[in-house]
Amino acid sequence: MIVVERVSKYYGARRAVADLSFEIREGECVGFLGLNGAGKSTTLRLLSCLLLPTSGSIRVRGLDVVSSPHEIRKLIGYLPDTPPLYPEMTVSEYLEFAGRLRGLSGADLDKRRARVSGLCSLDAVARSPISQLSHGYRQRVGIAQAIIHGPSLLILDEPIQGLDPVQIVEMRNMIGELRGEHTILLSTHILTEIEATCDRILVMHEGRIAAQGTEEELSAKLRADRALVLEVRGSAEALRGALAGLPELRELRIDAQGPEIVRASLRVDDALRERVSSSVVNAGLGLLSMHTESSGLEAVFLELSRHAGSASSSTPDAAPEPANQVAP
Amino acid sequence: MNNIMIVARRELGSYLRTPSGYLIAAATLLVQGLLFNTRALGDGAKLSSQVLIDFLRDSSGTTTVAAVLLTMRLFAEERQSGTLVLLFTSPVRESEIVVGKFLSAFVVLSLLILASAYLPALIFVNGKVSIGHIVAGYVGLLLLGAATLSLGVLGSALARTQIMAGVLSAVFIFMFFLAWALSSVVEPPLGTVIAHFSLYEMHFFPFMRGLVQLSDVVYYASLTYLALLASTRVIQSQRWQ
Repeated sequence: MIVVERVSKYYGARRAVADLSFEIREGECVGFLGLNGAGKSTTLRLLSCLLLPTSGSIRVRGLDVVSSPHEIRKLIGYLPDTPPLYPEMTVSEYLEFAGRLRGLSGADLDKRRARVSGLCSLDAVARSPISQLSHGYRQRVGIAQAIIHGPSLLILDEPIQGLDPVQIVEMRNMIGELRGEHTILLSTHILTEIEATCDRILVMHEGRIAAQGTEEELSAKLRADRALVLEVRGSAEALRGALAGLPELRELRIDAQGPEIVRASLRVDDALRERVSSSVVNAGLGLLSMHTESSGLEAVFLELSRHAGSASSSTPDAAPEPANQVAP
Repeated sequence: MNNIMIVARRELGSYLRTPSGYLIAAATLLVQGLLFNTRALGDGAKLSSQVLIDFLRDSSGTTTVAAVLLTMRLFAEERQSGTLVLLFTSPVRESEIVVGKFLSAFVVLSLLILASAYLPALIFVNGKVSIGHIVAGYVGLLLLGAATLSLGVLGSALARTQIMAGVLSAVFIFMFFLAWALSSVVEPPLGTVIAHFSLYEMHFFPFMRGLVQLSDVVYYASLTYLALLASTRVIQSQRWQ
C-alpha cells in the first residue's frame, strides 16, 4: 500500500530523517518505535502529506505525495501527537465538521458519526464542549476524527501519550478493533505497547531505520548483532590459528593493540562463547579480557527498555509484561 | 465551493462563540461613535456632507484596525493550537482554506461596518445628505475592508504567533498607506505610478465624496485577489519547510 524510497527530510539545515526505505502492505498494523527525536513523527507527517520530502519518493497506492496529495488525503486519517481539536466546539459538532471536510454529508455523515461515537465511547460527551473534556476523552475524539470517513490508512502519532493505565488498556482495545478495517501506522516510544498492538515494528534511531521485522525477528537480529570482543596476549596469526577450529565464527577482525597484544572482534552464537575462550587458552595464548559489545540497535532497545521500565513501574496494571521482553 | 463554505462556517462559529469577536465589534463601534461626535460633528457649524465625509474618513481607519484584529488569529491561532493539521490533512485545497477563512472574516467585518449605519442616519436629525453619498461611502468601506482583510490573511499565513501576524499585517497595510506620501516626493512618472498604489487617498477618497469609480473597484478587487493568492502560495510552500 505504501512504498517509501530513499526519503530524506531536512528542517532547514537539520536532518530529521535520512534515506528511509520501507514498504507497508495493505491491512498491516505497523509500529514505529524510537526515542524522542528519532524521526518517527516526521516520518508519519510525510506519509500523511502534511510535509513533503526533501528528496526521495513516497507512493500511497501508486499515488505520489508530491503530485497527488489531494487524492492521497482522501485515503488517510491522521491523529497528530496533539489532537487537532477546536475547544469551543462540542464533540458532535466537531465530528460533523471533520466528516464534512472529508466529503461526508447527509445520512452518510450521521451514520458514520454515530458509528465512531460508539466505537470511541463518546456518546456520553457528544454535547459537551471539547474544552471541558479530560485528556483521555480528547485523545478519543482525536481518533474519532481520524476514522470518521472510514480511511484505508490510519496514522496515529503517539496515541497513548499522556493516558492513564486504564485509558491505555482501552486505547489498545480500540486499536485492536480498528485493525481489521484499516491499515494502521502508529508511533510510540514505549516498547511494551508496540509489542501488544503491532504486527511489525520499524525501529528508528537518529532519523534512520535501525531495524525492522516482527518481534521475534528483531530479537534474533539483536542477538546476531552482538559482537564478542577478546583481548589476547600473543600474535594475530596465533590467534587466528586458535580460532580456526570454530567454523561458526562470523566477521572475525583482528587488530594489533600493542606489543604482543591483539584485539579480536567476532560474531558467534551465545552458546559457543565458552568454546571461544577455551580454544584461545588451549592454544597457549593469554586471554586478558572477553566481553560482548552492543550494536546500535541494542543501544536503542536498552534505552527504550529503560523507558518502558519507568513506564511500567508507574503503570503496573497496564504494562505487566517484562519491560525488556525483546532483549535476549 | 462546498469546502469553502465548510471552512467559512466553522470560522464564523468561532467568531460568534469566543469573546474576541464581540470585543473587537464593541471596541470598533465605541471608537467610531466617539470619533463621530468629537471629530465629524465637532463644535462649530458644518455642512452635512462634510460631516459625512469626515465620518467616512474616520471609519476607513476603524475598519482597517478591525480588519487586522479580525484576521490575525485566522492561521496563527490554529498554527499555535495545532488544529491546522486537521485542515491540511483533509482533501481540501489550500486556496479553499484561504478563501473560506477570508469569507468568514469578511462577513463579520461587513456586519460591523453596516452596524455603524446609525451614525450617518443621525445627520438627518439636523441636516440633509444624499442617500447615494452614504451608499457610495459604505461600498468603499466594504471594498477597503476586503482589501485590508486579505492583507491580514497574508500576515496570519506567514506568522507563527497572533502578535506577529498583527504586526506583519499592519506593516503591509502601512506600506500601501505610505504610497501616497512617497508619491509626492518622487518625480513623475514614477511618482504617479506609486500614487496609484495608495490604499486611502487615491482610491478611498472618491468613495468618501460619493463617487463610485470602476478603477477604484478594480484596484480593491485586484489587491484582495493578489493578497489571497499570495496567502495560498505561502500555505502551500510551508509543506516543503
